[in-house]
Amino acid sequence: MSLVYVDHVAAMPLHPKVYEAMVPYFKEFYGNPSSIHDSGEKAREAIEGARGKIANLIGCQDEEIYFTSCGTESNNLALKGIAWAQQSRGREIIISSIEHFSIMHAINALERAGFQIVRLPVDQYGLVDPAAVEKAITPQTILVSIMHANPEVGTIEPIAAIGQITKAKNVLFHTDAVDAVGAIPVDVKQLNVDLLSLAASQFYGPKGAGALFVRKGVRLQPLLDGGIQERGLRAGTENVPAIVGMGVAADLAREELPQRMNHLQKLQKKLTAELPHKIPYLRFLGHPTRRLPGNVSVAVEFIEGEAMLLFMDMEGIQISSGSACISRSLKVSHVMLAMGVDAATAQGSLLFSFGMQNTEADVERILEALPPVVERLRHMSPVYRKAMAKKN
Amino acid sequence: MYSQTVMEHFKNPRNVGTIEEADGIGEVGNPVCGDMMTFYIKVKDNVIDDIKFQTFGCGAAIAVSSMVSEMAKGKTLDEASKITNKMVAEALEGLPKQKLHCSNLGADALQKAIQDYRLKKAGLAPKVEAKKCFCPVCDLENPMEAEFCTGCGKELDNH
Repeated sequence: MSLVYVDHVAAMPLHPKVYEAMVPYFKEFYGNPSSIHDSGEKAREAIEGARGKIANLIGCQDEEIYFTSCGTESNNLALKGIAWAQQSRGREIIISSIEHFSIMHAINALERAGFQIVRLPVDQYGLVDPAAVEKAITPQTILVSIMHANPEVGTIEPIAAIGQITKAKNVLFHTDAVDAVGAIPVDVKQLNVDLLSLAASQFYGPKGAGALFVRKGVRLQPLLDGGIQERGLRAGTENVPAIVGMGVAADLAREELPQRMNHLQKLQKKLTAELPHKIPYLRFLGHPTRRLPGNVSVAVEFIEGEAMLLFMDMEGIQISSGSACISRSLKVSHVMLAMGVDAATAQGSLLFSFGMQNTEADVERILEALPPVVERLRHMSPVYRKAMAKKN
Repeated sequence: MYSQTVMEHFKNPRNVGTIEEADGIGEVGNPVCGDMMTFYIKVKDNVIDDIKFQTFGCGAAIAVSSMVSEMAKGKTLDEASKITNKMVAEALEGLPKQKLHCSNLGADALQKAIQDYRLKKAGLAPKVEAKKCFCPVCDLENPMEAEFCTGCGKELDNH
């Protein structure tokens, strides 16, 4: 039985060309980019080459890219870096209520340190209203941070519209674009963002490589004290192989983006169209059209997600869920609660995130394997029995 | 994540279903909290002659229910009354730590079913207990009737 991996929001395989490009930087070119001898110079050239490729992908200048270790670090650097550097101008920050934990928890830390936080609600599709952003901005607002696309429900936020508002109001705007870069076209000028987080692992690059775009002239304070790597903004010896891999992955993402979107949308549409014919009482989550290609988020009513996941895994199909039973904190997804999905329905959430190696045959496998799993668990579920009794 | 015994019970749960004319019914949890279990017992000569369950919940919750049903079947009511959640977890060769408090409710549901039987037999109405629910957002324990979490104010959908 072949593996059907449909959990690309969690992790992606390395593109073979990315892997090939990384190998020499483990073996031959192990120099420290800060060294002035030839080995150091080779490593330096490699990371500067990667910087250019990433800048090219999101439409910025090379020197506006700062390498970090992951999306979480980029998000922390953006929020805390701005907060600490600009607190003399004001202490208010605006975020949405569906952000990634690395935004939510970094913001909680800033709140404990005395910053005032506005957490904007979202509508039933998970969309932030740009007008609500405008209304929330005060003279004390120093930063707005809204994620570009939510991986859990697939919704793409109106970043460009929000960017126009923040620009007009002269407030800095950060977007966590970890799940958007490499999946949809992302251009920092079009979006009017001042800071943008991205991670290589979300576009077939290696784990351990992230970046933060910081518009020229925007001042922020580093998280780590140390050497002057990344022009003093990110101390610590650079992860050269991962950065090289991120560069190659960025080039591939830019070249292949239309084909990737096309392929993933095809799989997404097929699953979305056919699943309701096989399973009754489904609720698709997130926006129906403004969504990440290849992302299908659905709540299967009356049963729980982890149990579905385990049975699907036995069938060789690997997916994800927003059920509380899966998260280590045992809390229902804050994203779904913010969208008004009730906690019981959120327990039955399933997330399919397709990747380039997936085929239509994989969708067929899902359509075959999932209905008996659902039937089996519903047969076992007192919630299903009660719901059906109510109907009759 | 789960022991072999847990996975075995999850894959092939024993005694799934309902009993039409059950002598005792016990229900614990609710889907908002993550897990919900309903146990049905049939009693003959003070012995649990038949037992069935239905469970909404994760792999651990299903395995726990199955194990409880197996442990209780054929036991006298007094013997079955001594089954605890801890014994169930041990019989399953352990449960992940974070699942111990939320999914390990099977023995509670069984005890409720036994109590229900005893009250009915004594001609008493089933005791209405204040049910409890943990807020899915802040984890605070709330009365079952609460419409909003007393800790964080989040609306609770218990009904």
